[in-house]
Amino acid sequence: MSLRSSIVAIAVLAAVGLLVYGLASKGGSEIAVGDPAPQTMLDRLEGGGQESLADYRGRWVMVNFWASWCVPCRDEAKTLNELQAERGGPKFTVLGIDSNDLSPDAKSFVKRYGIEYPQLRDGNGDLAHEFGTTGVPESYLFNPQGKLKVPWRGPVDKKILQEQFLPVIPQKGNS
Amino acid sequence: MRRLPTLLALALALVGLLAPLAAAPATAAAAPEVNINEIEAEVMCPVCGTLLELAESPQAQREKAFIARLIGEGKDKAEIKNALVAQYGNAVLALPQSSGFDLSAYVVPIIAFVVAALALGFGVYRWRRSSGPPDERPASARGPTESEQERLDADLARYDL
Repeated sequence: MSLRSSIVAIAVLAAVGLLVYGLASKGGSEIAVGDPAPQTMLDRLEGGGQESLADYRGRWVMVNFWASWCVPCRDEAKTLNELQAERGGPKFTVLGIDSNDLSPDAKSFVKRYGIEYPQLRDGNGDLAHEFGTTGVPESYLFNPQGKLKVPWRGPVDKKILQEQFLPVIPQKGNS
Repeated sequence: MRRLPTLLALALALVGLLAPLAAAPATAAAAPEVNINEIEAEVMCPVCGTLLELAESPQAQREKAFIARLIGEGKDKAEIKNALVAQYGNAVLALPQSSGFDLSAYVVPIIAFVVAALALGFGVYRWRRSSGPPDERPASARGPTESEQERLDADLARYDL
């Protein structure tokens, strides 16, 4: 192969490589049932420090993506707060992920709705991207081994909770 | 004594002339240094994926209110952008940063342009060299070209008895 052919081949390969990289980095794939929980470290919304979903291994976790500007998240927060009061404990917790939001707004939201479950902050939406979320609110139930059991895109109301999540989430007293 | 009114008039005129100059810095300090439209044209609405100035989503509204509040607190453009990055990450900036990997967004097009210009120049140079000096002789003096010679030979061969 002549020098000119080699240069052309390298240029074409570089262009194709850039296109493939661009496409691959642009589209985040959606997390599916059985997939492990992403391990991205996030700041706690309040109290300082960082956590990842790995810190919740050993118990069921309902990850809930929300934002203070999201209207359906208001009603959902009340439902999830009740769920946390009813089932939250060493075997299960709701974990709020405040996504693409301003932290002062998020803190006000938590205070206004008296949210009791832990909150992490995903201000730039990196974790939401890893999950392949399409918006807020969305919820994902992980088992104690950190594998996704129930994904739910959209607000969770009492009916959805009853049909999709409660049959899987352990009772407080169950061993 | 006759000069007194003249001196007073001169002093008043001087005060009148200097007053706007003295008041100018105060006016400039009171005027907002940061234009909200300018910032909205330089940052993104992360949820919408468009410039903030084009976005009307609830998230964009909150972001605009956040910027307006920071302007009200007297923050300058750099401080406001830093605050937005602290909230939403680097993706909130519509323009790539001029440091780190983002610098390549500015440097690569320049390098590509220079390389393309050099390649074009080199190509033109080689093309002109390969074509050689123009033949100044008249067409009749140059004789037949190779293809013409081939056609001539073929025709002669046909009539060769």
